Amino acid sequence: MMKGLKKWRLFSLLAVLTVFLAGCGQQELSTLLPAGQVGKDQFKLLMLSSGIMLFVILVVVVIYVVALIRFRRSKLGEDFVPEQVEGSHKLELVWTIIPIILIIILAVPTVYYTYKLGDVKAMEEVDDEGNAKHLVVDVTAKLYWWEFEYPDLGIVTAQELVVPTKEKVFFNLKAADVKHSFWIPAIGGKLDTNVENLNKFFLTFDQESKGLKDGVFYGKCAELCGPSHSLMDFKVKTLPRDEFNAWAKNMKATADETPVANAAGEEVFKQSCITCHATSGAGSSGAPGPNLAAFGDRNRVAGFLDHDEEHLKEWIKNPQKVKPGNKMPSFENQLSDQELDDLAEYLLGLSVEQ
Amino acid sequence: MSSVAQKRGFGAALWDWMTTVDHKKIGILYLIGGGFFFVVGGIEAMIIRLQLLKPNNDLVSAGLFNDLITMHGTTMIFLAAMPILFGFMNYIMPLQIGARDVAFPFINSLGFWMFFFGGLFLNISWLIGQVPDAGWTSYASLSLASTGHGIDFYAIGLQIAGGGTLMAGINFLVTIINMRAPGMTYMRMPLFTWTTFVASAMILFAFPPLTVGLFFLTFDRMFGGNFFDHQMGGNTIIWEHIFWIFGHPEVYILILPAFGIFSEIFSIFSRKRLFGYPAMVFATVLIGFLGFMVWAHHMFTVGLGPTANAIFAVATMAIAVPTGVKIFNWLLTIWGGSIVLTTPMLYALGFIPSFVMGGVTGVMQGAAPLDYQLHDSYFIVAHFHYVIVGGVVLAILAGVHLYWPKMFGTMLSETLGKITFVFFFVGFHCTFLIQHWLGFWGMPRRVWTYMDGQGWNTANLISSIGALLMAIGVIVLVINIIMTTVKNVRIGNDPWGDGRTLEWAIPSPPPFYNFTQTPLVRGLDTVWIEKQEGNATGLTFAEPVTDIHMPNGSIIPFFMTFGLFIAGFGAMFHQETSWGLPVLILGLAWTFVSMAMRSVKDDLGFHVTKEEIQRDINNAHKGGQN
Repeated sequence: MMKGLKKWRLFSLLAVLTVFLAGCGQQELSTLLPAGQVGKDQFKLLMLSSGIMLFVILVVVVIYVVALIRFRRSKLGEDFVPEQVEGSHKLELVWTIIPIILIIILAVPTVYYTYKLGDVKAMEEVDDEGNAKHLVVDVTAKLYWWEFEYPDLGIVTAQELVVPTKEKVFFNLKAADVKHSFWIPAIGGKLDTNVENLNKFFLTFDQESKGLKDGVFYGKCAELCGPSHSLMDFKVKTLPRDEFNAWAKNMKATADETPVANAAGEEVFKQSCITCHATSGAGSSGAPGPNLAAFGDRNRVAGFLDHDEEHLKEWIKNPQKVKPGNKMPSFENQLSDQELDDLAEYLLGLSVEQ
Repeated sequence: MSSVAQKRGFGAALWDWMTTVDHKKIGILYLIGGGFFFVVGGIEAMIIRLQLLKPNNDLVSAGLFNDLITMHGTTMIFLAAMPILFGFMNYIMPLQIGARDVAFPFINSLGFWMFFFGGLFLNISWLIGQVPDAGWTSYASLSLASTGHGIDFYAIGLQIAGGGTLMAGINFLVTIINMRAPGMTYMRMPLFTWTTFVASAMILFAFPPLTVGLFFLTFDRMFGGNFFDHQMGGNTIIWEHIFWIFGHPEVYILILPAFGIFSEIFSIFSRKRLFGYPAMVFATVLIGFLGFMVWAHHMFTVGLGPTANAIFAVATMAIAVPTGVKIFNWLLTIWGGSIVLTTPMLYALGFIPSFVMGGVTGVMQGAAPLDYQLHDSYFIVAHFHYVIVGGVVLAILAGVHLYWPKMFGTMLSETLGKITFVFFFVGFHCTFLIQHWLGFWGMPRRVWTYMDGQGWNTANLISSIGALLMAIGVIVLVINIIMTTVKNVRIGNDPWGDGRTLEWAIPSPPPFYNFTQTPLVRGLDTVWIEKQEGNATGLTFAEPVTDIHMPNGSIIPFFMTFGLFIAGFGAMFHQETSWGLPVLILGLAWTFVSMAMRSVKDDLGFHVTKEEIQRDINNAHKGGQN
């Protein structure tokens, strides 16, 4: 009964505030439309704190407006000398104690969720056969791209995180050069990737990304990391568990010889690109450049450009112009137009989904 | 002052300002220096907003954008907000406590010149084209990776300016403790003096960590240190702790004097004693203490673990209580008063809703798990501009209008003042309110540009238009200042008519020795009490007219700082040039020789004789009292 009442209260509060926060942003990157448990918990805190704070603002504004209307000199006369009130212990106690109560109301769920969201003990859990119970992804942030390794599955990818829905996914976060911060706004809050230690946390992805505008959630770098900080985007594809398993299997299979879309392009790749980029998704992190095993399936070139041949060629020709400060050299003078065409066709044909 | 200067010629006037140790002149110097950097930082802000006007904009390059945000933040905090507040503290606080100067006039001058040369050093980076680009927080991994001399300018420039700040803080502390007029007990001090006192105490404890951090950074970058280089056993998180152990108190160092200015304004323009004065004092002190215990809330997403995050979350929320007490005490001060809407009062009234907005979003971010979402998004940009612009900058603008007549003897135009207020206030909310939502919608801060199709376009456009309105407001203020100075209509002791504290009972501008006789303070708002009891001058004196001992001016502070300024360039270039090391040594030697000169040379000051003072008193009577 009490619980039901509480829920109802919370719900009505939510309803009012939802109207207030009418602009909810876009589903693929708004914190106001959370698509995962972590984001939903944080959204609850947002609603609770906004509610309390709106109450405070309301009280202040009422006193303020009434005082402004009632106590104007133009009304009271030039010579009016107000009573020199020293203060009021009663009133001062009121506006000390009520804020303390409000703060306690906010502090209790804050502490609760801090511990809840900080609990990564389950990360180490294994089943009877010694396999990890939960999916763990090792994230390495680099200037200006993201590497995602799945240590238990033996695969690695970059720029596009692929995860199963409706289960806890654990992350090990680290930066390879300077500090970055890993943020998927619609799924849950951020955690920094430090240079000297691993940070661990978990997220839950409740919604399949297929229905979204671009078919992906947006991920961001949230810590200033140099000129191209604003372009250090990544994308998140969420799949049901069985589709995820199929994807992982296909990724693993990219280690084998597979037919390619353009054999000449593959030759160019082997001459110019392979020192930094791998086309096999089997392996571990640490490559100088992003893994390209599933490049054809990606949503963006370089994390933010439209995924088509034109932008891909623009990027290969002059990466510094597109994303200043990144580590990829320019190929404008090294590859002919024909080679570029072949290479682009080859790269866009690298897929594990078809 | 200006008329005297013209008689003596420009060179002599310049020499006078360079050597002055008068707290009032130094206060004006701080205002001019701070005002200049405020305009520089404002131009940087305008370029930032123009770049973000539309998606995929390329008005400035990515690298230049990072230069701009870094310099905007650093300039506004260290070179604009603090010096301008120091200007008010310097000018007004000694008058409020009935003192003839600060405790250490020489150090006061040294503090100003260190701020000025530090700021100059930092901004010379623009001329060389190697500008600090790691954000005003200059987090270690990025600041160590940054190429060129940008971060070197940051480290050395702030070191010099920060030294000046520390000296000023100590000076104000000693002044308030030792130089209050008879009868001016602690609990009779005007609130602006109280907030100066607490802010100075905070400077004393907050700036040494910054000094240490900047030395580490200087050594890492210029002298082969490895404090922050994790590959050599250093740790970058240490920088974040050091920076915020300084950085969080710093925002209270800024806001407390702002609170002080507003407390004076509410009281004067409601014609009413400050409601709950003891509670206000207590709240100020409490905020000062709590300000040191919450720094890690800037680091919730660093991965400190749930226990640290929970503790700092609760501590952060606790600050809302004393701040709330202040807000309600101000509301009850105007409640039952006689409110007159002068320009300073408009700013004070605009401050309340603005600052409450900034305060409550601060509490929201104090809730650590929620902060995981809001941290480093545009929400935080909105939040800190709401407290710093809605609190500190509004206080500065209010203070300029309130104290201008006291400082320069002329009234700023009320009409233009109100126009400034309307443009600035509307522009401010237009710029920053919408940024809360940009943060909710997933826009990270410090982004040079953004892609189309993320739903951010309209909001950014609105924000940029608001920035333009703020700029118009500031331009109107500049016009106002020029017009007022040209017209030069002189005013009397208490131009606002309801002055309650000692500074309003002496001429505008005050004579260089401030008080002809040291006043006797009979309670809180002593001038108000005297006037209510029929004493039209508002002053009762504690001593007969006697000789006044005053300090001599000195050029040594200028020279001491100049040596450090030169040494800074030496330190910066010593690795790649042969002249760097000699210049470093020469600069430091120059400073030490200047210091030795100060020690060796006896300077006993001079006396203003009884007769001169009596003559001034008689002249004032003849001139007709106001």
